[in-house]
Amino acid sequence: MSASMLSAADRRRPWLLLAPSLITLFVLMIVPIGIMTIFSFYEFVTAGVEKEVFTTANWHEFLTDSFYHMFLWKTIRVAGITAILCALMGYPAAYCIAMTNYKHKWLLLLLLIVPFWISFTIRTFSWIHILGEQGVINVLLLKLGLVNEPIRMLYTEGSVIMGMIHFLLPYMILNVYVAIEGIDRNLISAARTLGCTAWQAFREVVLPLSLPGLMAGLLLCFVLAAGSYVTPQILGSTRDALFGNIIFDTIMDELNWPMGSTLSLVLLIFLGAVAAVYSRYMGLSRVLKGLSG
Amino acid sequence: MTTAAAVDLRDVTLAYGNFVAVKDVSLSIRKGEFVTLLGPSGCGKTTILRSIAGLVQPTGGEINVAGRRIDNIPIHKRNIGLVFQNYALFPHKTIFDNIAFGLKYRNVEKAQIATKVTRALEMVRLPGVERKLPSEMSGGQQQRIALARAIVIEPDVLLLDEPLSALDANLREEMRTELKIIQREVGITTIFVTHDQDEALAMSDRIVVMNKGLIEQVGTPEEVYRRPESRFVASFLGQSNLLPGRITGIVDGLATVRLDKGHDLVAAAPASLKDGAAVTAIVRAQKVVLGPPERAGLKGRIISTSYLGGSAAYFVDMGGITLQSIATIDDRVWREGEEVSIAIAPSDVLLLDEGGHRLR
Repeated sequence: MSASMLSAADRRRPWLLLAPSLITLFVLMIVPIGIMTIFSFYEFVTAGVEKEVFTTANWHEFLTDSFYHMFLWKTIRVAGITAILCALMGYPAAYCIAMTNYKHKWLLLLLLIVPFWISFTIRTFSWIHILGEQGVINVLLLKLGLVNEPIRMLYTEGSVIMGMIHFLLPYMILNVYVAIEGIDRNLISAARTLGCTAWQAFREVVLPLSLPGLMAGLLLCFVLAAGSYVTPQILGSTRDALFGNIIFDTIMDELNWPMGSTLSLVLLIFLGAVAAVYSRYMGLSRVLKGLSG
Repeated sequence: MTTAAAVDLRDVTLAYGNFVAVKDVSLSIRKGEFVTLLGPSGCGKTTILRSIAGLVQPTGGEINVAGRRIDNIPIHKRNIGLVFQNYALFPHKTIFDNIAFGLKYRNVEKAQIATKVTRALEMVRLPGVERKLPSEMSGGQQQRIALARAIVIEPDVLLLDEPLSALDANLREEMRTELKIIQREVGITTIFVTHDQDEALAMSDRIVVMNKGLIEQVGTPEEVYRRPESRFVASFLGQSNLLPGRITGIVDGLATVRLDKGHDLVAAAPASLKDGAAVTAIVRAQKVVLGPPERAGLKGRIISTSYLGGSAAYFVDMGGITLQSIATIDDRVWREGEEVSIAIAPSDVLLLDEGGHRLR
């Protein structure tokens, strides 16, 4: 076999290995997005009927109708609150798992993943039995005579955020855990011998060095929360709908595919822009490192 | 306790459950002294270092530094400089901030910090790198920065945990000399941990040889090398022949050792030596002198020759006993298979008792 033949085969090999994922990505992502882009320029006639002409009416409607702006802003706000709460709750947990001297650390990590074994929808529905009017908390409070009528906890923005934290927290913890786990313990010892208390050493060494993991966790939680649809559908009232639910209604109830496509693209562009801006300031490699770790 | 001791360990013990890492270690170090803890991995040398720094807590005994008991005070209140094997420079801080770190927590004023950092960098021969990050420095440079960071706080004692082992061979020798020069200049009491006997012999004022959590011998490099107190020290430092045998006669301060295969070796007899005692004779490889076969004395045959340039290392078969010999090459190199005579001066034979301790 000649050297040139070998190098030609060598040059082909990466493409052969990448082919399955590239084809899958192309067929299942690029093509549908392309089709949706085309649809977003079609004219909506009536439910389920659209005319294949070029019009910017759908985009114009999105840009001028404050209804959509309000829901987009609400989505950003809810996703932002969720991501920050995940960070506040997840960081201490990740720190404890990373720093523990407990022999079976894998068990703690396994506990994080256990909830994923139960269907996401079932996990979300379970909150109804906890927060609902006939749920555990209200029944208990009524029995104890602490309240006269059930407290409204379900179908509020709070319950939506709670449900999202429930499913996003493991992502945050794992991201932060990987970052903390990667910190050389000698750095902490060095800081201590140079005069830091345990808390000062945390602030000087652990916190700044785990920041990439925390930032990656924040981005991941924000994007997943902003794109969520099931949680607000199950745990929120109609007022607590997020952008994903608006898209669902537009497509499935109004059968307005052109507008639905437009809104889908808006969310895609928005979340893509968030990730792009974020990685620009954070350095994409650092975020990716936190994600892959 | 003498007031002169800069570091004083008394019966320091550290046990993890049933495993005793360090057992009843007592050691007194003078101000300005360079002491090396030498031993194989797991001998407890690093544990002692970490107990002084406060990173592990001894289960018994006490540690005094600069006349103050420190084993019961928190790490950040002990004034100790520690240099790690992997340097442990803060990767997110500039060289300036790395070195200034300890000063900042000692509430030194800003202007003074700048002066001290500059001076520390000059001391480690790396002026002008303040704005760089550790990742922009080579291994040897990072080592110097770590040293500067540790000494800039003017610690009571400088602890070095195998600081040279991550460097490549050439740089290691260079840093060895440099480290020693800097230590002399600053006059700082230093405890150096290593498993490398060459480093220990080259740099130390005193060497503490450790094995299995116990101190085997404390002495100057020359003492521990030339007069090992135990079987362990003899075999750990340098190349030695350990030859079991029995005393068959003591005449005029000279003892005859009958070796296992029937050879007789003459040794200078220590005062406590008894006739008939089972002993181990220790002979340094450099003290096994090979000569032409016609010369009188023990006879042997060369099994292997390693030519080392200025010297050669031989394995010699002496009637069933394999001897190691290292000789500087002045006239000739002995070849494999050649017959040789073997001469060992009585004063070059050290005798150990059955327990492996040197007879005096």
